[in-house]
Amino acid sequence: MSKIRVSLRKAIIASGLKNGMTVSFHHHLRNGDFVINMVMSEIEDLGISDIRIAASSFFPIHGSLVRHIKTGTITAIDCNYMSGPLAEAVTNGMLQKPVMFRTHGGRPRAIMDGSLKIDVAFIASPSSDDMGNLNGASGPSSCGSLGYAMPDALMAGKVIAITDNLVAYPNGPVSIDETNVDHVVVVDSIGDPSGIVSGTTQVTRDPVGHVIARHAADVIEASGLLKDGISFQTGAGGASLATAHYLREKMVSGGIKGSFGMGGITAFFVDMLEDGLFEKLIDVQCFDLDAVRSIRENPNHIEVSASQYANPSAKSCSVESLDVVVLGATEIDTDFNVNVLTDSSGNIMGGSGGHSDTAQGAKLTIIVANLLRARLPIVVDRVTTKVTPGETVDVLVTERGIAVNPARVDLMKSLKEKGLPVVDIVELKEMAEKMAGKPRKVSFTDRVIGFVEYRNGEIIDKVYQPAKE
Amino acid sequence: MGKKNAKAGSLESSDLLVVIEEKEAGEKLEIVMNSIVEKQYGDRIIEIAHEIAALKGMDNVRILIQDRGALDYAIRARIETAIERYERGV
Amino acid sequence: MGTNLLFVPGNNPAMVQNAGILGADTVIFDLEDAVAGNEKDAARTLLKNALESMEYEGCETSVRINAMDTTHWEKDLRTVAVAGIDGLVIPKAERGEDIKAISEILDSITEAEDIFLIPLVESALGVENVYEIAASSKRIRGIFFGAEDYTADIGAVRTKGGEEIFWARGRIVNGAAAAGVEAIDTPFTDVEDIEGLKKDTIFAKALGFDGKASISPRHCGFIREIFYPQDEEIRYAIRVMDTVKEAEKSGKGVASMDGKMIDKPIVLRALKVLRAAGIKEDFRYE
Repeated sequence: MSKIRVSLRKAIIASGLKNGMTVSFHHHLRNGDFVINMVMSEIEDLGISDIRIAASSFFPIHGSLVRHIKTGTITAIDCNYMSGPLAEAVTNGMLQKPVMFRTHGGRPRAIMDGSLKIDVAFIASPSSDDMGNLNGASGPSSCGSLGYAMPDALMAGKVIAITDNLVAYPNGPVSIDETNVDHVVVVDSIGDPSGIVSGTTQVTRDPVGHVIARHAADVIEASGLLKDGISFQTGAGGASLATAHYLREKMVSGGIKGSFGMGGITAFFVDMLEDGLFEKLIDVQCFDLDAVRSIRENPNHIEVSASQYANPSAKSCSVESLDVVVLGATEIDTDFNVNVLTDSSGNIMGGSGGHSDTAQGAKLTIIVANLLRARLPIVVDRVTTKVTPGETVDVLVTERGIAVNPARVDLMKSLKEKGLPVVDIVELKEMAEKMAGKPRKVSFTDRVIGFVEYRNGEIIDKVYQPAKE
Repeated sequence: MGKKNAKAGSLESSDLLVVIEEKEAGEKLEIVMNSIVEKQYGDRIIEIAHEIAALKGMDNVRILIQDRGALDYAIRARIETAIERYERGV
Repeated sequence: MGTNLLFVPGNNPAMVQNAGILGADTVIFDLEDAVAGNEKDAARTLLKNALESMEYEGCETSVRINAMDTTHWEKDLRTVAVAGIDGLVIPKAERGEDIKAISEILDSITEAEDIFLIPLVESALGVENVYEIAASSKRIRGIFFGAEDYTADIGAVRTKGGEEIFWARGRIVNGAAAAGVEAIDTPFTDVEDIEGLKKDTIFAKALGFDGKASISPRHCGFIREIFYPQDEEIRYAIRVMDTVKEAEKSGKGVASMDGKMIDKPIVLRALKVLRAAGIKEDFRYE
């Protein structure tokens, strides 16, 4: 029996989607994704309402969802990250129910254990055959890894693959196979390639970022983890990627060969793989075209599911084998708790993604941040929103000093022995406030607009709506 | 002849753009400010502007400030320069 | 002064407020080439406010004022001299008397008592007069060679190999040494070419330069590393200075160590090593 449905509308009807149900999406097409908007608009046209939308992430391109919230089509949101007009609307209190913010590892856990029950999963597929064997590495809208969609495909009541690149049966390689796919829909285009590979892979030009990155690479060296077999993950922006640059220099000059690089994979990591500085790459998400090419062509570039990446309830997951992770922050408090979800004014502008997962898994978790972010001190008494608990964060590296979590006595000792500028995190806070002045406290209403669910399912903080000034 | 005006600074990150415009005779000092850190430092920026304007005896002007997260020293400097330019007539 | 000097554009708040953490021994806030003609007033005021309120711990601060053939230099000088700087870089230095004039203005400013001068020699005439310039004031800490303007002045093409500035570099080192001040080499202007920077810096050190300026924070670390003395050199220099000061305290005319007399060249060499290592030593020959 053919799985091809003549239209998206027919596929939705065939899936049995009803009022009050939950639909899910992955975010591999990032800010170039057409599928979420396309599907939600069709659902609204079908007169279906009260939908919970569970996507791994939302980007500015998903601004049209605000309209579906107004009409009551969407009444609940689950995600790991949210930016753009949708985040703004949620901040302004437009959604009645609080958003459930999870982590990249917490989402598959919730899906597998049934706490996030998906009725219909819509999977944007850069290539598919007529039976729903899918991969993300080929086609006009190729995005590489399909890792975040794998738990959805496995657990959803119905699975609809949406593709703009139908290939002859059987499609291969297979990221998600036909045993889990109910319907296949062919559309003109699932995404805009320029928005899909939007990850910035330029090493920062900001000289302060370079100072921070050099310190961070020195911290990794001083920790004793810089030796053959090192595994490493870093964010794609600013000082994080610059840290990878300086770590690479240290690996080259020390003749060190790493075991794997992980994460959102960028051209920078692909180069390290191809230059023999890593044996393997573990890839849950590709950030640029070089990563997409590499995952297609290089057997040492391994595509993994979100569950294998970071699910804490799995029998094991990759973040547990990670040595070093370098992450950013919008705020970090004197207990080393990190906020990457709201800015200091309380506006939603992100989410954990894999932040809390890698921080807990890695042997060494380094936060890199400018001491002042647009005048605002990065170190605060208490983070506006607690996303990654301080117990899982080892070091904060700024351009004016390195603060070590007091629980890491060993690490503090080795950094001091290597002559690195170690200071108390309270001192960094005072330094920042001396330069910028103490910021006036932002006031909040008592209206909860989001829950922060830690990777293990525990609600560790609530997001409150900022007060209108 | 048009009204006197002058500006200083830029819209680069950590900087600010200050524009000073002459007002109608008899009108009072007016300070208009927007900032990317308005919630946390808006009051402080206005306070500095008032302080310098008073010191330089500027009372018949509108001071427009667009702040991109500048520190106090830069805010002071740009307002001072704008006032000096205004008085020099450049 | 240490071994690496970093130019920071004087009208850019993001750079000005972070200048102290970029790895330079001495920051040179630039009011000259990095600032457009119609922004000189703004940059001067920005620097004044920054120097008065910010702390630049762990590095020295200096300002390159505008050249003496402009209308800006004296205002630059009088503004920053009272704002709390360590030194001034004087561009287009060509005659000892000009530097002397600046030195005398500083003498009349109470806050400027300890301000040192670094004349920037960047013309054919300046290179001819380097000793006269270097010996023109007690405030002079070093002579700084500017190769870009110099090559334009002599009509040569500036190359990475630097054959065209070989003679001038030698004359600068010689003139500075004769006057007992430091010689600072011209920046390496290709920011991305780190291998070229290293080669050029090693060569400058071999010629006798005490340090090198840069226009990119990324260069600071490499320059410091190359100029940084060996451990045994530092230990030896510390012993030399201890011995000299001990001899002076006990009223001995001549100090000797390991059976050898410590004469002036040995002491000067030791002071140079300590400076390059960033170790403070107040001893001065009268």
